[in-house]
Amino acid sequence: MTTFQSVFASFLSGDGELYRILGLTVCMTLLSTGFSVLAGFPSGALLASSSFPGKKLLRRIIQTFMGLPPVVAGLFVFLLLSRKGPLGDLSLLFSLPAMVIAQFLLIFPIITSLTLSAIESKQSAIRQTISTLGLPRYKMYLLMLWECRRSLLTVILTGFGRALSEVGAVMMVGGNIQGKTRVMTTAIMLETGKGNFGTAIAMGLVLLILAFIVNIIANHFQEAVYE
Amino acid sequence: MIKRSLITHARKSTVLITIALLVLLPACRQAAADTTSAVDTSIALTSSQADESVPETTSMDTTALITEAVVPEPENPIVRLSTTTSVSDSGLLPVLEEIFEKNTGYDLEIIANGTGAAIKLGESGDADVLLVHAKASEDEFVTAGYGVERIPFMHNYFVVAGAAEDTAKVAECQDALSAFAAIADAEAPFISRGDDSGTNKAELKIWENAGITPSGDWYISAGKGMGPCLIMAGEMKAYILTDKATFLATKEETELQICLGESGDLKNTYSLIAVNPDKNQGVNSEGAQAWIDFMLSDEAGAIITDFGLEEYGEPLFFYDGAPSIT
Repeated sequence: MTTFQSVFASFLSGDGELYRILGLTVCMTLLSTGFSVLAGFPSGALLASSSFPGKKLLRRIIQTFMGLPPVVAGLFVFLLLSRKGPLGDLSLLFSLPAMVIAQFLLIFPIITSLTLSAIESKQSAIRQTISTLGLPRYKMYLLMLWECRRSLLTVILTGFGRALSEVGAVMMVGGNIQGKTRVMTTAIMLETGKGNFGTAIAMGLVLLILAFIVNIIANHFQEAVYE
Repeated sequence: MIKRSLITHARKSTVLITIALLVLLPACRQAAADTTSAVDTSIALTSSQADESVPETTSMDTTALITEAVVPEPENPIVRLSTTTSVSDSGLLPVLEEIFEKNTGYDLEIIANGTGAAIKLGESGDADVLLVHAKASEDEFVTAGYGVERIPFMHNYFVVAGAAEDTAKVAECQDALSAFAAIADAEAPFISRGDDSGTNKAELKIWENAGITPSGDWYISAGKGMGPCLIMAGEMKAYILTDKATFLATKEETELQICLGESGDLKNTYSLIAVNPDKNQGVNSEGAQAWIDFMLSDEAGAIITDFGLEEYGEPLFFYDGAPSIT
C-alpha cells in the first residue's frame, strides 16, 4: 500500500521520471495514431467509394491485419531497422520513430478497415446527396468523411487505445531505454519483473486515468456533433 | 419485409455461433484432459521403466536402486522453482529437471523472472524453492525469515563483452574496476540491465566500488532481460556486463567479444534457498528439500560440471557442491 501511495505522491509532486515516461507515452501514441489516421481515413474512403476486382480479397487481408500480433509487427520492424537489416544505416532502432513505425503497422489496418465500414454503412444516403452537388472527387471524399465524423471519432479512439495499451512491439523496437524509449506499458513490465507489484499496478491506474481523460474529451466532441 | 429478413438472419447467426461455441468447449476440455493423461502416462512410463531396470541393474550401487524403487508419487508432486532468466536461458535447468523428475516422481515447475521478482515469489509463497544469484538480497530474504537457509552450490564468472573495435581498450584492463573506469572515461556506450536483476546488482556494485556514478548518454539503462540486452549491445556496439552462458548462446547473433574474462571481482555465486513454510500456507517443503538434495548430489554435480563442454568447449558453471558445515 505504501508503494502505491508513493507512486501517486510522486505523480502529484511532479516527479521527473514518471512524467517523462508519461510524456513519451502520450507523444508516441499521438504520433502513431495521427499517422495512421492520416493514411487510414483516405484509404478507407477510397476503398468504400470504388469498386474493382479483388476488392473483397483486399478487404479481407486488411481485416486480417487488424489482428496482427504486436510481437510480429515488432519483429518485422526490428529486422528492417537492425544494423544488418535493409534500413540499418538510418540507425533508427531503439528510438521513438521505430516505435511509431511499429505501431503504425498495427493501427493503420484498424483505422482503414473501420473507416471503410463506417462509410459504407452511410454510403447510399451520402452518395445521393453528394452526387447532386457535382463536387470534385477529393471534395467528395472529404464530405463523406465529414458526414461520418461521429463514428470516425470512435475509430480514432479505437486506434488510440491500441497504441496506448500495446507493449510487445514497442518493447522489441524501442528497447525500454530509460529516459529515451521507456513508455508506461514497458515500465509496468519492468516494475513487475523487479517484483514491485505495487508500483506496477499504480502505473497501470495512471494509464487508465489517461485513457479515461482522452475518452471524456472525445465524447465531448461527439456530443457536440449531435447538437 | 427487410426488417423481418434481417431478424431471421440475426437469429440464424446467433444459433450458428452458439453451436460453434458448444462444439469448441468440449474440444478444449478434451485437449486439457489429453495433457493430464499425457503426464499420467509419462509417470507410469517412468515407474514401469524403473521396474524393468531393477533386475538388470543388480550390479549398480544400491543408492540408485533405492531412489528408483521409491519413485511412487509424493504426497504433493508439484515443486515450484523460482529462478532468474540467466539460469533458465542457459539451458542447464531442463537437463536437470528431467533427471530430477525421473528420480523422484516430482513435477518441477520452473518460473523464470528477474532476481527481484524471483525472490518476491518466495516471499509471497508462490514458489517452494529459489535458485538465484544476488547475495545481498538473498541474505535479506533469509534474515527476514522467508527462506530457510542460503546454500551456495555453484558459481561462474561475469564477463565484460563489447564490440571487436574495443574503443575503450577494456582488453588491456586487469579487473572489472579498471575496465569500468576505462569505459566511463571514454564515455563508450554501456548497456545496463537496469531491472534489479542479479546481474544488474553486480554491475551497480562494480560502479560503486570504482567510485563512479554512471550517467550521461553513453550509459543506457535498458530494463530488459539478459538476451535482449545483449542483442541491443550488438546493435549499438556497446559494452555490457553479462553472464557467460547467455553471452555464448547469443554470440553469433550479436558479434560481440569478451573483452574482460574471469577476473576475481566478477565471480557470480548461485545459491538454493528453500522457502520457509511457516510464513505462507501451501509451500511444498518436502518437494523443495528433494530438489535441494538432488542438486547437491554427485549426479547433479557431474551434469553441471559437464554442461556446455560439448557445445562451447568450456564449462559454463563450476560446481561447488554442498557447503561444508562448520
